Amino acid sequence: MRDPGLYDYLPYEMRPQIRWPGGARVAFWVAPNIEFYELNPPRNPARAPWARPAPDVLNYSYRDYGNRAGFWRMLGAMQRCNMRGSVSLNVAMCEHHPEVIQACADNGWEFYSHGTYNTRYLMGMTEAQERSVIQDSINTIRKHTGQKLDGWLAPALTYTDNTLNLVAEMGLTYVCDLFHDDQPGAVKVRQGRLISVPYSLEMNDVIVYNVNLVSPRRYADILKRQFDRLYEEGETSGTVMCIPLHPYLVGQPYRMAAFEEALSYITSHDKVWLATGREIAKHFSDHYYDAFAMASQPVGEAP
Amino acid sequence: MTIPDTYLEYPQRRYGMDHDRYDWSMLPRRQAVAWPDGARVALWVVPALEWFPLDMKGVPFKPPGAMQTAYPDLRHYTLRDYGNRVGIFRVMKALDRHGIRASVAVNAAVAARYPSLLKACTQRHWEVIANGLDMDHLHHGALAVADEKQLIDTTLALLRKASGQAVRGWLSPAKSESAATPDLLRAAGVDYVCDWVNDDMPFALRTDAGVLHAMPHPIDMDDTTILVQNHHTEDDFRDQLCDQFDVLYRESATQGGRIMAISLHPWVIGQPYRIKALEDALDHIMRHRGVWAATGSEILDAWVALQA
Repeated sequence: MRDPGLYDYLPYEMRPQIRWPGGARVAFWVAPNIEFYELNPPRNPARAPWARPAPDVLNYSYRDYGNRAGFWRMLGAMQRCNMRGSVSLNVAMCEHHPEVIQACADNGWEFYSHGTYNTRYLMGMTEAQERSVIQDSINTIRKHTGQKLDGWLAPALTYTDNTLNLVAEMGLTYVCDLFHDDQPGAVKVRQGRLISVPYSLEMNDVIVYNVNLVSPRRYADILKRQFDRLYEEGETSGTVMCIPLHPYLVGQPYRMAAFEEALSYITSHDKVWLATGREIAKHFSDHYYDAFAMASQPVGEAP
Repeated sequence: MTIPDTYLEYPQRRYGMDHDRYDWSMLPRRQAVAWPDGARVALWVVPALEWFPLDMKGVPFKPPGAMQTAYPDLRHYTLRDYGNRVGIFRVMKALDRHGIRASVAVNAAVAARYPSLLKACTQRHWEVIANGLDMDHLHHGALAVADEKQLIDTTLALLRKASGQAVRGWLSPAKSESAATPDLLRAAGVDYVCDWVNDDMPFALRTDAGVLHAMPHPIDMDDTTILVQNHHTEDDFRDQLCDQFDVLYRESATQGGRIMAISLHPWVIGQPYRIKALEDALDHIMRHRGVWAATGSEILDAWVALQA
């Protein structure tokens, strides 16, 4: 299809005013992607799992570094800033490395699903196959953390045309897959209520480090600039800032100091709501969903 | 493989250009241009409102900003759409602060999909420039002339009706043209085209239907080029805009009026962490005396009047 038709049009300058708890201007959340990449996954016809023929030792081990070393360093920085994570979880991590899951749980972090493995893509799946992936996430997160699964970020950002419909039907309440806004909004699905919570590509360490190839101090500068503007605009109406992280990238020793400095800068502001994805989705759903729906405009048919 | 002898024949080897579309002309050797009210630099800001379809084919190539991953590439689809929902309104605020009216290059699909967005532009008295049908309908040599004519006619009809404006300017998606594009545009009532990057000033293109003007819409003074393609910082973008302006302003003291053109994509410059670069550059530019913030049509009309 040409247009996924996932949301109505709602221009930034003509919206109901959002007020976050405690009069905060910015709902700030950090989303560590706790991932497991398989050494020898089966091939999805639409995408090869690794850049090199298996075994891609360099790329596999680079990501494995995140769980063995990087995560623990990142955890320390988050603890020092009193920042809870909203874990974007490849749920097979619960079986592979339960110690990492336990450490997140001990710190009161939220778990949401990032699929089963980051090397199992959704493209080409039947509805039944896709449902079983989502059900696996619901069951695994419930079993290992006791939490109800509310949020979704598709594994490796891969989809079918049906992914968000199924996620909503199976009782999840928010998705991080859409990058069209700095505020939450409704996702148009077949049934149920689904909220889009702004995640970010621009603030994502994978994009920043692996795609845009910036230096660690430059990353910190980008994070602070992003925050400053959203904080300024949040005086008019509440905004959302997310920092999506990958421990194998941000958790490298040479990158930690600049990141922690930026995280400390953001979290030490007065009018910031240090939230999780679930909390942001719920606040929006409870207070602004209807007003935003009323203000939305239908999208016209393109020629 | 052998090379035929005709490969060493040069039928267009002559003084001037290797074609008849326009004449050879040297910037410093032209008659000085005097802008209205003694202005030295005309500031021409061109944001583009683009729609990249989810299932884009990328024929004959993928334009900058195209979908990248396996279908459905929701990430890039929604990130591009960010410009139309959020980013453009930061750009509007930055321009409103100085009373700058933009010349907004609009995909016809954007006008159809988001009527209130086009209205937000026309209410600000911005000029609407046609930016093709959408970012997956490129103009190129393998397109049949009749098909290209229909593409142009459909685009212009939709944008003229939606904007209530004459729509005198045209920017081809990705600046891609066929050999016939200028002829077809002029025949469709277009006065100027923004695809050519070979000058700092307007110049005349010969077409089957009379003169079409090329306006100096840039590829370098462009947020996608500098920030996305070149990975320069926001401060670098600001500095390059300011440095460009400073040279043009200095030249205008002795060589006549110049044009400072800025090409913007709200999905790029409209991100929270980037918008200040534009604001700061505009502050620098607008601090100078003799800056004429104008639309493409206003600049072209003034230039044409001076050529007579």
